[in-house]
Amino acid sequence: MTPSPADFSLQEQDMLHALTKATARNVDYADMYLESTVTDSVSMEESLVKRAVKSIAQGAGIRAVAGERTGFAYSDDLSVRDLEQAAETARYIAESPQGDHPLTVTHRTGPSQNLYPLTQPLTDITTEARVDLLNQIDVEARRYDPRIAKVMASFNTEQKIFLVVNSEGQLVGDVQPLARLQITCIAEDGANRQIGSYGGGGRVGFSFFVENGRALEFAREAARQAIVNLDAVDAPAGTMPVVLGGGWPGILLHEAIGHGLEADFNRRKTSAFSGLIGQQVASELCTIVDDGTLPFRRGSMNIDDEGTPTSRTMLIEKGILRGYITDRLNARLMGIPLTGNGRREDFRSVVLPRMTNTFMLAGESNPEDIIRSVKKGLYAASFGGGQVDITSGKFVFSASEAYLIEDGKITKPVKGATLIGNGPDVLKKVSMVGHDMKLDEGIGTCGKEGQSVPVGVGLPTIKIDEMTVGGTAMA
Amino acid sequence: MTNLPSTHGDRFPELAASVLKRAKSLGATEADLLVAEGDSVSVQVRMSEVDRLSKAREKVLGIRVFFGKRSASSSTSDFSEASLDRLVSDTCSLAKAVVEDDTSGLPASDQMAVDIPDLDMKDSRQLTVDEEIDLAKRAEKAAFDADARITNSEGAECSAGYGSILLANSHGFVGSYTSSSYSLSVSPIALDSQNGGMQRDHWYSVKRKFHELESPEKIGQEAARRTVRRLGSRSISTQEVPVIFDPEIAQGLLGHIASAASGYLLYKGASFLMDQLGKKIASESVTVVDDGRLPNGLGSRPFDGEGLPTRRNVIVDKGVLTSYLLDTYSGRKLGMASTGNASRSVGENPTVGITNLFLSPGPYSPEEILKSTKRGLLVTELIGFGVNMVTGDYSRGAVGFWIENGEIVHPVEEVTIAGNLKNMFNDIEMIGNDLVFRGRTASPTVKLRKMMVAGH
Repeated sequence: MTPSPADFSLQEQDMLHALTKATARNVDYADMYLESTVTDSVSMEESLVKRAVKSIAQGAGIRAVAGERTGFAYSDDLSVRDLEQAAETARYIAESPQGDHPLTVTHRTGPSQNLYPLTQPLTDITTEARVDLLNQIDVEARRYDPRIAKVMASFNTEQKIFLVVNSEGQLVGDVQPLARLQITCIAEDGANRQIGSYGGGGRVGFSFFVENGRALEFAREAARQAIVNLDAVDAPAGTMPVVLGGGWPGILLHEAIGHGLEADFNRRKTSAFSGLIGQQVASELCTIVDDGTLPFRRGSMNIDDEGTPTSRTMLIEKGILRGYITDRLNARLMGIPLTGNGRREDFRSVVLPRMTNTFMLAGESNPEDIIRSVKKGLYAASFGGGQVDITSGKFVFSASEAYLIEDGKITKPVKGATLIGNGPDVLKKVSMVGHDMKLDEGIGTCGKEGQSVPVGVGLPTIKIDEMTVGGTAMA
Repeated sequence: MTNLPSTHGDRFPELAASVLKRAKSLGATEADLLVAEGDSVSVQVRMSEVDRLSKAREKVLGIRVFFGKRSASSSTSDFSEASLDRLVSDTCSLAKAVVEDDTSGLPASDQMAVDIPDLDMKDSRQLTVDEEIDLAKRAEKAAFDADARITNSEGAECSAGYGSILLANSHGFVGSYTSSSYSLSVSPIALDSQNGGMQRDHWYSVKRKFHELESPEKIGQEAARRTVRRLGSRSISTQEVPVIFDPEIAQGLLGHIASAASGYLLYKGASFLMDQLGKKIASESVTVVDDGRLPNGLGSRPFDGEGLPTRRNVIVDKGVLTSYLLDTYSGRKLGMASTGNASRSVGENPTVGITNLFLSPGPYSPEEILKSTKRGLLVTELIGFGVNMVTGDYSRGAVGFWIENGEIVHPVEEVTIAGNLKNMFNDIEMIGNDLVFRGRTASPTVKLRKMMVAGH
């Protein structure tokens, strides 16, 4: 289904008329983004589904771009008068009178790919089905181990309809479903209390969660992590070899590499990666891509929020830095290709170049051999969040499930610890890459300039010869 | 379908009454409603050119309905009569689909705020776009002028806005307030001519009154000073040493106390401060206060997210945990009364939030604290989210300065600091006299006896 102006109770002519007000002689580009998003959320704690929330957000964001300058205004009223007002505000940036060139729509094609064909719209899932899912999770997590004292879970769905019309005569839109199940367990053993979290989702329907007992598997995994942490000893402090497990530990790539390759920072030359295209920034075992075209994935989109089809972008090829991820503004100013990475949280936010699904391609090593090669080090299986200082290149990510490796074997679990490194250096120390590439389960959210967008990451098991581990025990 | 006029603040009480009435007619036993409206203009300037101009105007209405002990919430930005009618009936259906929760419900009617004091939170000074551009340009220029090593910039941002909140419930409570805010910030980048590396830092000012905003020149100069002092940063070896948190960073520690003392984490068993009320959780010099009624405060509000009066709560008194932070629901769960800390996102259930949170100042100047440190780390920035509220385990990336014999020796990066919050609060051995409110949370300089610093 391709959205149309009628979905916003507007006529195409009204949109064009309002957008015309954002154009002027020196406006290079203008667009209007109409959005309507319905969010449904239920959550459970103390074995009760207590919270049920529905929200409807609707509005329009209009921008005018002149050179490096962007004028942006939004309105949550979609009356023609409000749209025109927003358009005139956006044009202020151009510092010249309104253009008199009437706009027409010349390209009206829908998205050329359908990465998330759902049999049932997310808005059709009954509240009863949502409640029942959470109740089953509660039972399953508690059944895993009697020491599971608390189970908290939430199930959120979002259906976003958007339509973007621009000064180049393009009118295109998409309907983007997004679902996420998140489970947190607290295990208690005397005074020892530990937490475990797990979840999954994507641009998927309700069946994704119930088929093959997937939701229950997520529940057992959250419970298992909490129980493992009951036996955790203090994490080591200092520099040591680190083995990252497959899947979610790919957040390493997101923080260490991905943000630094977003075009805006590189246009401004404020990234630690500025000017490094063509140079070696990783060991030749590392090939890393950003791919917005993977079916049903959380970070995927048929088109980005500027109407550009998403693609697979080579970031690092056998250790050599190849390219940046772009939005329209930065691609035009830098004279580089559009990659379909222009994203915004909602109509209230400006478009920025953002990652989609960022992952490292599989290598040839056997994961067991990778562990076996480490005499003394850390094996990190799961992570919480991470953060990067784009300019200095320093990044962190925090392990939520990790173990000591002693004499080639995984031994004791350790408490959560933050790992720190330098983006342009850390992947040069990758000495083994496993054949077990795995994408994460679909719970990632990336923050930039206060905007959150859903993303995915992926990684095979890899060995980093040396990284700083922020534990409390002298190694 | 008729749309209300877009500037309709004066019509909100009428709108609220009609939505509440509609909920009642559909069988709701209780209901409350929040309308938030805001307007803001912000400009970003980079390398002396306007980079982005953004204008925002929004309004949103959230409603929560109760059918006995069942409840649901929803929100919309579409205020047309048809849309609001649909919202109320959808929310009522949603409420009937969830299970009963014996703890749920509005606060008792006799607890609602009666007087709604004017907390002096509004400045009527309008800033034109050109004034904002000028302020941002001056701040960025001041940073460039301050030091030749400032060669690039992530830009300067100036914004001004106002917001208004109206809360009404089926007890007949109707309250509203408006507030304004002005902010100016700049993020310069300095180039290290030795190795080609770059460093970025920033400085800012946020105030409810325009005339209280720091001058753009002062903000730019401070941003430049903070940025160039990071040039030449390096890691240090792994060791356990005293750690000094500068005021910008120390406020984060207060945030962790406030989170751990929040009723929701406590009744869920997810706080390291469980069962600690009345017990010593920090060194004797530590007194932490949350005060919702500081005149002109960035976190002030005359009533909380449920319409209860805000007040001053002493969370930690001379090292002893004396109060949790509670709203009605989490208070009932713990068998206690609300502390007036309900915080509300429109369309969400209340949760607990801070108002103006601060650590009472101690006797020492920041210089005395530095001088007292033979070998240690002064932390000026933290990155990452390595804080476990269940266990108190703490491990984060740090940026700062290495101290030897009471003097700063060199800037430090690519290290972590780690410990456990339960010990860290007890390890606070010196508190500065430099308390300044720059946001909703404020702290003087704080020195901890020891933490594990991991480096090379």
